[in-house]
Amino acid sequence: MSELTIEIDVLRYRPEMDNEPFTQTFEVPYTAEMSILEALQYIKDHLDSTVSFRWSCRMAICGSCGLMVNSVPKLGCKAFLRDYYPQKISLEPLANFPIERDLVVVMDDFIKKLEEIKPYIIPEKEKCLSEGTYQQTPEQMAKFKQFSMCINCGLCYAACPQYALDNKFTGPAALALLARYNRDSRDNGEAERMKIVNQEEGVWGCTFVGYCSVVCPKDVDPAAAIQLLKVESSKDYLIGMFKPD
Amino acid sequence: MSKTTEKTYKRSHEPVFWGLFGAGGMLTAFLTPVMILITGLLIPLGIIDQHYFSYEKIHGFATTWYGSVIVLVLVALPFWHTLHRIFHALHDIGINRGRDWQQVICYGFAFAVSVFVFTLLLQMLTAPSLFGF
Amino acid sequence: MSKRKPYIRELPRDWWMKQLFYTKYMIREGSSVLITLYSLILAWGVFRLSQGETAFNGWLEALQNPFAIILHLLMLILALYHTITWFSLAPKAVDLWIKGKKLDDKVIVAAHYGAFAVLTIFCLLIITL
Ligand code: SF4
Ligand code: FES
Repeated sequence: MSELTIEIDVLRYRPEMDNEPFTQTFEVPYTAEMSILEALQYIKDHLDSTVSFRWSCRMAICGSCGLMVNSVPKLGCKAFLRDYYPQKISLEPLANFPIERDLVVVMDDFIKKLEEIKPYIIPEKEKCLSEGTYQQTPEQMAKFKQFSMCINCGLCYAACPQYALDNKFTGPAALALLARYNRDSRDNGEAERMKIVNQEEGVWGCTFVGYCSVVCPKDVDPAAAIQLLKVESSKDYLIGMFKPD
Repeated sequence: MSKTTEKTYKRSHEPVFWGLFGAGGMLTAFLTPVMILITGLLIPLGIIDQHYFSYEKIHGFATTWYGSVIVLVLVALPFWHTLHRIFHALHDIGINRGRDWQQVICYGFAFAVSVFVFTLLLQMLTAPSLFGF
Repeated sequence: MSKRKPYIRELPRDWWMKQLFYTKYMIREGSSVLITLYSLILAWGVFRLSQGETAFNGWLEALQNPFAIILHLLMLILALYHTITWFSLAPKAVDLWIKGKKLDDKVIVAAHYGAFAVLTIFCLLIITL
């Protein structure tokens, strides 16, 4: 049996016994259709059951399997061994987040930022059920659809040097989500959200590196959302000069 | 109660600088290459004859009201673009001490050069006989 | 007692040298150093212009120095790099909708290059008038 194999480096960190992370190398059977996530599952089932990593859907929809593959943020279930074979692959937990254990990171700050931007429709006035639904044309929906495709995987935060340099920055996914609601015709919360956008750590923490949009597995294009919000924030600044609130 | 009150948000003045940065960047993207090509390569190398860039011609242009405005914009606006980038790049490469001073120095520099060029042009415009011949 | 002990990785100071994408970003930002230098040369030219013909000709002569030529060549390359990156990112700041469809990025980029070509030729023509 001449089975093909591939070497995988995994950055390990076990908080109860390690003071810092270290690299452990595994040899995994290689097939062209195998994803990085499947390779990790092979490791856990056959080589070392203590390796920890997150996953759920295996189809790029839950956003839980983000990790660094050769220092690039990727979804483990959407990256394949064939794109690296026969080179060695190095796996590390998502950059710019604290490591909880092995490939699992602490995402609290990311979640907090998503919540802070008021990610829900703020209607002009509350409608009673009997008054019917909020309606929207396909054109109105097209204005925000792209920004609503986010799966909260955090890859864009791992790609963002500004977040790495200063994690007060609201960051790509949260700002894209904010744009998603501001651009929704059913929403009337723009004025509230612009206060978040206008801050130094809002949209102005961004220097348009643009890597977030490159790594995003869902083509959300958070960099574009942020640029458009910068334009909005500038308009808001001008208006604010003439009628301060 | 204090927990439920809205947190306070502080508006950044970045739009002012970002606006100038964008305008300067636009100008730089469209015109700086050809400007460098003309003043830095074609004229010095004699590919375009020097008489096309003679003192009389340039001085004549810079002392019309529209010419002086064009020269001011072409020379001064790119500073607002480049110094903005330099200011942010300092943060990127980890020079975090005295960000306030860095800001004053960077935009102050752009401002100082703009005023310098503006004054020269105004001088040439209003008192062409003061200097030169 | 909790066994949690989140490990925070330090961002290396030279983070922008470790990945091509970041390096290109830094070159883009760094292009502004040479463009600043070029604008200073121009500002100096205005100063010399204001001092009269001899001074201005001195400025023109200094630009013929081989070192100045090489410097300008370098500045031209970086200025073009700025142009290319600026145009490639331009569509992200544009929010134009035609009949319910977003204007295609390629159209916006192509329009920028078209305008760039026209302006460049226009400048070359106007200087030789
Ligand atoms: S914007 Fe893209 S990369 Fe960022 S969290 Fe959402 S899906 Fe992931
Ligand atoms: S496992 Fe759900 S996105 Fe990869």
